[in-house]
Amino acid sequence: MAQAGPHGGGRGRPRPKIEQPGKLLKRMLGYVFQHYGLQMVLVFLCIITSIVANLQGTMFLRNLIDDYIEPLKTAAQPDYVPLAHAIARVSAFYAAGILAQFVQARIMVYVTQGTMKRMRAELFTHMQRLPVKYFDTHAHGDIMSVYTNDIDTMRQMISQSLPQLVNSVITIVTIIAMMLVLSVRLTFVSLGMVLLMIVASAMISKRSASGFVAQQKGLGALNGYIEETMTGQKVVKVFCHEEQAVAEFDRLNEELYQSAFKATAFGNMIGPVSAQMGNLSYVVCALVGGLLALNATAGFTVGALASFLTFNRNFNMPINQVTMQFNMIFMALAGAQRIFALLDEEAEHDEGYVTLVHAKEENGELTESETRTGKWAWKHYHKDFGTTTYVPLEGDVTFLGVDFGYTDDKMVLHDIVLHAEPGQKVALVGSTGAGKTTITNLINRFYTIQDGKIRYDNINVNKIKQEDLRRSLGMVLQDTHLFSGTVRENIRYGKLDATDEEVVAAAKLANAHGFIKRLPQGYDTMLTGDGANLSQGQRQLLAIARAAIADPPVLILDEATSSIDTRTEKLVQDGMDHLMKGRTTFVIAHRLSTVRNSDQILVMEKGRIIERGTHDELIALGQKYYQLYTGSAEKSA
Amino acid sequence: MLRTLLSQVKEFKTPSILTPLCMIGEVICEMLVPRLMAVIVDDGIYAGDMGVIIRTGGIMIAVAIVGLLFGLGGGFFGARAAAGFARNLRKAMFDNIQTFSFANIDHFSTSGLVTRLTTDVTNVQNSYMMTLRMAMRAPMTMIVAMAMSFMISPKLASIYLVAVLFLSTVAFFLIRRVSVYFKQVFERYDDLNESVQENVKAIRVVKAYVREEHEISKFHRAADNIYKMFVKAEMNMTLVAPLMSFTVYSCILLISWFGAHMVVSDTLAVGDLMSLLTYCMSILMSLMMVSMVIIMLTMSQASGKRIAEVLEEKTLLTNPPEPVMEVPDGSIRFDHVNFSYRADSEEHVLSDINLEIKSGEAIGIIGATGSAKSSLVNLISRLYDVSDGSVSVGGTDVRAYDLTVLRNAVSVVLQNNVLFSGTIYENLRWGDENATEEECKHAARLACADEFITEMPEGYETRIEQGGTNVSGGQKQRLCIARALLKKPKILILDDSTSACDTATDARIRRAFREELRDTTKLIIAQRVSSVQDLDRIIVMEEGRVHGFGTHEELLRTDEIYREVYETQTLAGGDFDEQQ
Repeated sequence: MAQAGPHGGGRGRPRPKIEQPGKLLKRMLGYVFQHYGLQMVLVFLCIITSIVANLQGTMFLRNLIDDYIEPLKTAAQPDYVPLAHAIARVSAFYAAGILAQFVQARIMVYVTQGTMKRMRAELFTHMQRLPVKYFDTHAHGDIMSVYTNDIDTMRQMISQSLPQLVNSVITIVTIIAMMLVLSVRLTFVSLGMVLLMIVASAMISKRSASGFVAQQKGLGALNGYIEETMTGQKVVKVFCHEEQAVAEFDRLNEELYQSAFKATAFGNMIGPVSAQMGNLSYVVCALVGGLLALNATAGFTVGALASFLTFNRNFNMPINQVTMQFNMIFMALAGAQRIFALLDEEAEHDEGYVTLVHAKEENGELTESETRTGKWAWKHYHKDFGTTTYVPLEGDVTFLGVDFGYTDDKMVLHDIVLHAEPGQKVALVGSTGAGKTTITNLINRFYTIQDGKIRYDNINVNKIKQEDLRRSLGMVLQDTHLFSGTVRENIRYGKLDATDEEVVAAAKLANAHGFIKRLPQGYDTMLTGDGANLSQGQRQLLAIARAAIADPPVLILDEATSSIDTRTEKLVQDGMDHLMKGRTTFVIAHRLSTVRNSDQILVMEKGRIIERGTHDELIALGQKYYQLYTGSAEKSA
Repeated sequence: MLRTLLSQVKEFKTPSILTPLCMIGEVICEMLVPRLMAVIVDDGIYAGDMGVIIRTGGIMIAVAIVGLLFGLGGGFFGARAAAGFARNLRKAMFDNIQTFSFANIDHFSTSGLVTRLTTDVTNVQNSYMMTLRMAMRAPMTMIVAMAMSFMISPKLASIYLVAVLFLSTVAFFLIRRVSVYFKQVFERYDDLNESVQENVKAIRVVKAYVREEHEISKFHRAADNIYKMFVKAEMNMTLVAPLMSFTVYSCILLISWFGAHMVVSDTLAVGDLMSLLTYCMSILMSLMMVSMVIIMLTMSQASGKRIAEVLEEKTLLTNPPEPVMEVPDGSIRFDHVNFSYRADSEEHVLSDINLEIKSGEAIGIIGATGSAKSSLVNLISRLYDVSDGSVSVGGTDVRAYDLTVLRNAVSVVLQNNVLFSGTIYENLRWGDENATEEECKHAARLACADEFITEMPEGYETRIEQGGTNVSGGQKQRLCIARALLKKPKILILDDSTSACDTATDARIRRAFREELRDTTKLIIAQRVSSVQDLDRIIVMEEGRVHGFGTHEELLRTDEIYREVYETQTLAGGDFDEQQ
C-alpha cells in the first residue's frame, strides 16, 4: 500500500481519470451541505469577513504614509488623534477577522469530522449488507483503501482545499477588480503574466505527474517483492538464497529511486518557478506602468502605479494556491468516486417473509411465544389466503435439481439433489474444487442459485427471511476468523446474551476450556490480529465453541478439525458428537473418522454428486469412494 | 536512533549539504527583492525616473534568475538527497534482514517488516526532504529579516522579538499538547481500520451468525469515539491560525503607531518603515514553517524508530571464525540438548534430547501439536542455536560449520512452505541454480510432482503466482519437496510436508525416497502413523521430550502414546484428501 498518509501534499500527483467530475463534485458537496448547510453558510460568511478585514489592513497600510504620517510631519503641532482613530478602526476590523478565523476553524472541525464519521458509518453499514459475492470479487486491500486513503483525501479536501479555494477565488476576484479600476491595460499585462505562470507550472506538473505514476508503479513492484520475500524469508534462509534476493531487491530499489527522484525534483520546481515568475511580472508591470505613468496615459498616476504593484504582488499567492488546490480536489474526487461506488453497490436483497419465532404448543397447536421456549417455528404468512401458519423448525434440508455458478457463464454445481432428514449427519467428500463448500454456502443463501430449488423444512429458502435462515444454521469454517476482543467475547459471538457459565460450558464442549485456562488472562485474554497469538488448532476449537453456544438446529462443519492433531481431535470429536446429536449436520472433512459414521455420504466430483450412501454401501459399491478409502488404506505399498 | 538513520546518507552527503546551501541562496535573493521593489517605487516611479526603473528592474530580473537557479538547485538536490537516503535505508534494512536468523525473523512480524520497508521509509524520506529544504530556509529567513529589522531600528525590531518569543512559546505548548492527542487519535484510528479489515476478512462469519447489526453498532461506537477524539485534538489546532493573525496584526499596528512617531521625530525614514512592515510577514511566516517542520518530524519519529530497530537488530547466528567447509556424511547426534526460543524463558521447548542417527537412516517423528517436533529438526540445520548441549552433523558440532555449507547439506522442507512467483523451473532451481532440465524433472518425479506438472498447459514453464495461489496445497507441497531434493542434500527433513497429499501419493513419495535416496538421512515429521510406520525408526515426541525411539513394532509394544495414536488412526481409517 503506497500510503502518503494524511500529510501528503497534492502537488504534482497524477490526476486519475474521473467520470463526470461535475456530477461527482455536486454529489460530494451535496453530502456535506445536506447535513451542514447552515454551518457552511456561516463558514462562507467568516471567509468573507476575514477577507474584508485583511483588505482593510492593506488599505490602511497603503494610506498610512500619505494620509497620516506626511501631514503629521509637516504639521507644526502633530495631532495623533486621526492616526489613533484609524488604528482603532483597523483594530476593530482585525479583531473581527481573527474572530471569524477562529469561528471558521472550529466549525470546520465539526463539519469535517462529522462528515467523516457519517461517511465511515454509512460505508460500514452498507458494506455489512453487501452480498458475499462482493467480497469475492473485490480485493480486500482495495476495500480497505476506501476507508483509509480515500476518506483521508476527502478530509483534506473538505477541511483545507474547499475553504482555501473559496478564499483564494474571492481574493483573486477582488484584486482583479481593484486592478481593473486602476488600469485596464496593466491588468491585462499582469493577467498575461499569470497565464504564463500557469502554463509553466502546468508543463512542470505534467512531467512531475508522469514521474509520480512511475514512482507509484515502482513502489508497487517493490512492495510486492518485499512482501513475497518477507513471507518466504525462512525459505530464503534455508536455501541460502540471500544474495539472489538482495540482487533483485537492489534492481527494484534502484528503479524506485530513479522515478522517485524524477517525481520529486519536478514537483520541487513548481515553487521557485512560480515565485520568480511573480517577480518577473512585477518588473514587467513596473516598466510598462512606468512608461504609462510618465506619459500620463489615460490619467494613470504614479500613486496608482504604486498601488497597482502592491496588488500585483499580492496576486501570486492565491493563484499558486488555486493551482495547488485543483490537484487536491481532483484527488479527492477520485476518492469520492470510489467511496460512492461502494455506497452504490447493490445490497444483498432479501424478499423473504417467513420468520423464525419462539414457539409453544397450545391445545396441540403450534403458536408464537413471547419468551424463549427452546422451541422454534417458522411463521409463514400466506398472502393468498391471509392466514398465518406455524411450521416447527426441524432442520430438514432438500436440494432439488440445483444448478449454480458464481458467474452465469460457468456453472460449478450441476443438478444437485439431496435430502437431509432432521437429525441426520450428511458428509460431503471429494477433492478440492469439487463443490463441497459451495453446497453449504447455498443453504444459508450466501449465493443465489441459478436453477432448481432448495427447501428448508419444506419452505423454499428464498421465502425465508435471510437473517432468520442464517440464525438457524451454525457454521464452522476451515479458515477460522476471530475478532479483536477477549476469548470470552469471541465465544459469545454465537449468542450475544450468553452468560459466563454458558461460555465456559461451550468451551468445555469444544475441548477449548483447557488451553483457555492456560492463557495468561484465561477467558479475558485479548485476541488481536485475527487471533494471531493462537495456533491454528486453538482457533478452530474457539470457532467450534462459538458455534456450540449458538445452539442452532442445523450445523455446517467445513473442515472444522483439519488443523487439530489426531489426539486432540479425538477429544473434540466427543464434544462434536454431543453437539451433533439431534441436529442435522453437514460435514466436510478429509478425515475418515469424521465421515465414517455419517447417515449419508455424498461423493462429489467436478460439481456433481457421483455416489451416495452409507459407508458400508459405498464400500460395497466399489467405485470412487472405495478407491479413496482403499487408497488411504494403502499402508505398506 | 538518529545516528543509525543518518549513517545511511552515505553518498548523498553532497546533495544533503548543497540543498540547505541553495536554500540560503534563495532566501538571500528573496530578501533582496523587497529592497529592490522599494527602490523601483521610491526612486523610480515617484521620482519619475525611467532609467532607475529599467536598471533596477534589470537587477531584479538578474536576482530573480539567480534565485530561480538556487531554488531549482534546492529542489533538485533535495529530491536527490531524499530519494537516495530512502534507497539506502531500504537497502540497509533489506541487507540486514537477509542476515537475520530464524529467531530474529520471529521477532518481527512479516507485515511489520513490510511496513517498515515501505510506509515508514516514505515518511522518513518526506521529512528528510522537508528538513533539508525548510530547516535552513525558515530560520535563515527569520534571521536575515530580523537582522535587517534591527539594522533599521532596534527599538521597533524588539517588537518582533517579543512577537517571536510569544508565538514560539505558544507553539511549543500547543505542539506538545496536540502531538499527545494526535498520537492517541492515530492509534485509535489504526484500531478502527483494523476492525474494518477484520470485518472484510470475516464477512462470512458475520453473515453466518447474522451479526451485521452487532458489528454496525460496534463500529458506530468506535467511529463516534474517534470523532470525539479528533474533534478534541483538532480544536486545539484551531487556535493556531487566529493566534498567528493576532500576532501579525498586532505587530503591524504597533509598528505603524510607534513608527509614525519616529518618522515624525525624524528618527526613522519613511521607506524604512515600509520595509519593516514587509519583514513582519517574513519573520512570522518562517516561524510557522519551523513549527510545521517540528510537527512533521515528531510525526515521523515513530517511523524512524521502527526503521532503526531493524537496522540495529544483530543476527543471533554468526559464522565461526574458521568454519568447517565440508560435511562428511549425514549422521546426526543430539547430546543433552535443551532449547528455548527466548533466552530469558524458564521453560524449555526441548529438554534433554539425546539422539544418535546414522547416516542414511529414515527416521519418522510423530507427536501432538506443540510437542516440539519442528523445533527439534530446526536445530539440525542451525536455524536456531541450542541453549545447552550440542547438535552434531557428520561428527562435527553444527556451530563449527560454515552456515551456507551446512544448510546446503541439510535440506529442510518447512511446514509453512512458500513458492515464489516465477516458472516451475525457476522455483525448482532454488535448490540448484545450475540444475539441467533433466535433473529438475528427475527431482519432480521423485516428489510425485511430475505427474501434475506435465498436465499443466505449459508444463515446467507454467508460472507460479505470488504465494503459489494457482496450485493446490498438495501440489505446492510436492513442488517444495522437489525443490529441496535438487540440493542433493546429505540430510533431508520433511516437516509435515505431505499433509495435504493423499495417502497414496504420500506412500509413493516415501517409496521413491527409499529407492533413490539410499545415502541420504531422511527425517519425516508426520501426523499420520501410516506416513512413518514403515521407516527405519520413529521418534515419538511429547511435550518437548523424546518419549519413545524405535521401530514401529518396538514402539507398539513399549510406547503407549504411539499405540494410542496408531489405534485411533487405523480404526478410523485414513484420509480422503485431494486425489489429483
